[in-house]
Amino acid sequence: MKYWRKPLDADRIKIPEGELHILRERCKGCAFCVEYCPKDVLELSHEFNSKGYHPPIVKNGAICVHCQLCEMLCPEFAIFCVLKNQKEPAHES
Amino acid sequence: MKAAEVEEIQKKPKTRKTKSVEEEHPLEKWLRMDRMPHIWCSTCGIGTAVTCFIEAIKKTTLAREDICVVSGIGCSGRIAGYIKQDSFHTTHGRAIPFAVGLKLANPKLKVVVFSGDGDLSSIGGNHLIHTARRNLDITVLCINNFIYAMTGGQVAPTTPPTAIATTTPYGNYEHPFNLPALAAACGAVYVARWTALHVRRLTNSMAEALQKKGFSFVEIICPCTTLYARKNKLGSGLDLMKFYHDNSVIVNGADPREVDIQFQSEIKVGKFIDVDKPTYLDSYNTYMKTKLGDKFKPYGVTDEERQ
Repeated sequence: MKYWRKPLDADRIKIPEGELHILRERCKGCAFCVEYCPKDVLELSHEFNSKGYHPPIVKNGAICVHCQLCEMLCPEFAIFCVLKNQKEPAHES
Repeated sequence: MKAAEVEEIQKKPKTRKTKSVEEEHPLEKWLRMDRMPHIWCSTCGIGTAVTCFIEAIKKTTLAREDICVVSGIGCSGRIAGYIKQDSFHTTHGRAIPFAVGLKLANPKLKVVVFSGDGDLSSIGGNHLIHTARRNLDITVLCINNFIYAMTGGQVAPTTPPTAIATTTPYGNYEHPFNLPALAAACGAVYVARWTALHVRRLTNSMAEALQKKGFSFVEIICPCTTLYARKNKLGSGLDLMKFYHDNSVIVNGADPREVDIQFQSEIKVGKFIDVDKPTYLDSYNTYMKTKLGDKFKPYGVTDEERQ
């Protein structure tokens, strides 16, 4: 990340990395998580689950920042995020 | 098979198939998983509201065993059956009377009524206004999907004008209820409205409502895909969520009389009322104390507080 001035709390800020878990069989394919993911991590799969819905799949898991918005929005309790680790942001001044 | 092998198998403790961490959702401890999958349609927002409610309980300092959830009848009436708390699924419209009984019998409890707009504002409308008037210390969370969803999409007191329902095939011509204004006019001390999309703000608002002393009322605008959206040709619940995203305006502290909802109009959300007022039991105790003096034993107060 490039700043014109290094933020005062730059040494304290860490970027969390999340790991998404999708319970495919519980999903009803509403696509709330796909639509509102701020990082566009998810997309709807082409496969069906046993209920006949298209559950989401992780498109690019590396950019997930563990905001847990998908977990909050999911009406089926079918997706959740686990904090994997926190990485130091690379600063350029 | 040799006898020794059979013995060995019998000695082995039977292991039940346990879920790995990857399969267990963090909210499973808070839900009755034997009832899942729930009955709500795909793209219904009630499940989101339940998640927000559980997160709100986690945010507060309230003990889990002190919180009771009471629901009436309807799609949102099922919430009490799915949340792993002390919960009641009551008769139609009578969720608030059950909650009043619970609260008066055991004033230590934090009683939450989690029900729908039809249940709370039409069949149970009288209970809503009188409990708000008395300012009994309960929290009412009202899921508003503008329609009687479970019975087949009949017109509800909250259906906006010109919206089509099963019983109004040419559109609704009645004046709808403006629920925050109703609750505020009846004397609720905390009134807020959010949509199912405002998950973080809704969670904070629910936590505030749970901690507020007095009658707190939170309206949650929820998408109903199968009946409201289909009859009105609004797409799916996801399209309604997108509509809330584009058309909801946060106006904290707005006059509740000005936040009425028209058909597909701008939705004003926010915290409208947050005042302090003596609750029903407080007024009872203080008034009877002035009348009866030392003869009177205050109700719902611990021995320490009494001294």
